[in-house]
Amino acid sequence: MKVTQGTFSFLPDLTDEEIRKQVGYCLSNGWPVNVEFTDDPHPRNSYWEMWDFPMFDLTDAAAVMFEIDACREAHPNHYIKVNGYDVTRGRETVSLSFIVNRPKSEPGFRLIRQEAGGRSLNYTVQSYATDKPEGERYMD
Amino acid sequence: MDAAKSEIRIPNSEIDGTLVNIDEALRDSNIEDVLDELDRELVGLKPVKTRIREIASLLLVERLRKQLSLTTEPPTLHMSFTGHPGTGKTTVALRMANILQRLGYVRRGHLVVATRDDLVGQYVGHTAPKTKEIVKKAMGGVLFIDEAYYLYRPENERDYGQEAIEMLLRVMENQRDDLVVILAGYSERMDTFFQSNPGFRSRIAHHLSFPDYTPEELKAIAELMVSEQMYKFDDESRLAFSEYLQLRIKQPHFANARSVRNAIDRIKLRQANRLIRQGGIIPKEGLARIDAADIRQSRVFQGGLDTESAD
Repeated sequence: MKVTQGTFSFLPDLTDEEIRKQVGYCLSNGWPVNVEFTDDPHPRNSYWEMWDFPMFDLTDAAAVMFEIDACREAHPNHYIKVNGYDVTRGRETVSLSFIVNRPKSEPGFRLIRQEAGGRSLNYTVQSYATDKPEGERYMD
Repeated sequence: MDAAKSEIRIPNSEIDGTLVNIDEALRDSNIEDVLDELDRELVGLKPVKTRIREIASLLLVERLRKQLSLTTEPPTLHMSFTGHPGTGKTTVALRMANILQRLGYVRRGHLVVATRDDLVGQYVGHTAPKTKEIVKKAMGGVLFIDEAYYLYRPENERDYGQEAIEMLLRVMENQRDDLVVILAGYSERMDTFFQSNPGFRSRIAHHLSFPDYTPEELKAIAELMVSEQMYKFDDESRLAFSEYLQLRIKQPHFANARSVRNAIDRIKLRQANRLIRQGGIIPKEGLARIDAADIRQSRVFQGGLDTESAD
């Protein structure tokens, strides 16, 4: 099941050339860019690990592509996303965030029903991948 | 040159018969504008300008060849600029970035100036991220490393400079499409630097050496600077300045155009001082004119160095 998070996620995965253009768009707006990765695909997981440092004062997308490639090499089977921050509002505000790498197979989510008081049910989802500890998911 | 003449035939069986319009390629790149600007705005530097013209022609031809798939390897563009202080290395590097951008060899054409401090860290593990950050900033443009020989300190074998050098060499080799590295510094020390780092020498395609300016050229530079700042010399002050130059050139730490610029800054200071002391009502022209006295007050005329404390 393809995880759909962030911008463009309902489109086919972006090619490198398309990623380069999107990053170029961020830089042309003066947004600092960073690269983050995780192997916890839950939609409410907002604590992705940062790859290297946030990148300020860049002019050309090549530098970001360089870091994306380095991150892909280190974590070929993780989710990797690129964030563009708009700093002009006085706080770090994500303006554009899109996935640039995903595991080869995404097992999807299990629906968990919890029987609560009376006849009510609580629903939640849990990724099949997160049964394994962090770093050992998507190892195939 | 008429149009028929400019169309050349390339003797290659695969593309035989294809015509190449060099005039059009030249016009499209707007390269002549930059080169003419270079000629007009930079005094002297004859050999450097000739060399830049040659490089620009080479790159333009190289691009035409690429369009006709006559070449596969992208050309190596890394350069070294050697010359004494104040001979225009940084200024030319800026123009070079512009030229490379117009010819499509770098995407943005910005110049990032770095020295040892920007590249080399203070402790273990500090150098790589620092160098990487500068390199990333320079991507799509030109990385200008001033006084590059400071990167290499043979007297300290644990110096982190070596790490920066290795990273730079790797980038110069693997990311040739993304950035152009220009190493700059004084001639003699750059020579020893290249001798001890043969990797750099072989990765650099163009070595440009910047000659010292002649006194005549320095005077022309001074005129240019003065008129750019809306000041002007009169006959007496022009004479005084040329005497000043003759004395200053013989003194230590003479830095060509930079010394001229500093001298003009101090002359402006003295002129302002004189005007304030003098007071009263003066014509507009008085604010622009540099008096001989403003120049002759310099300590250089008493055989000392002209510095900030000279007044």
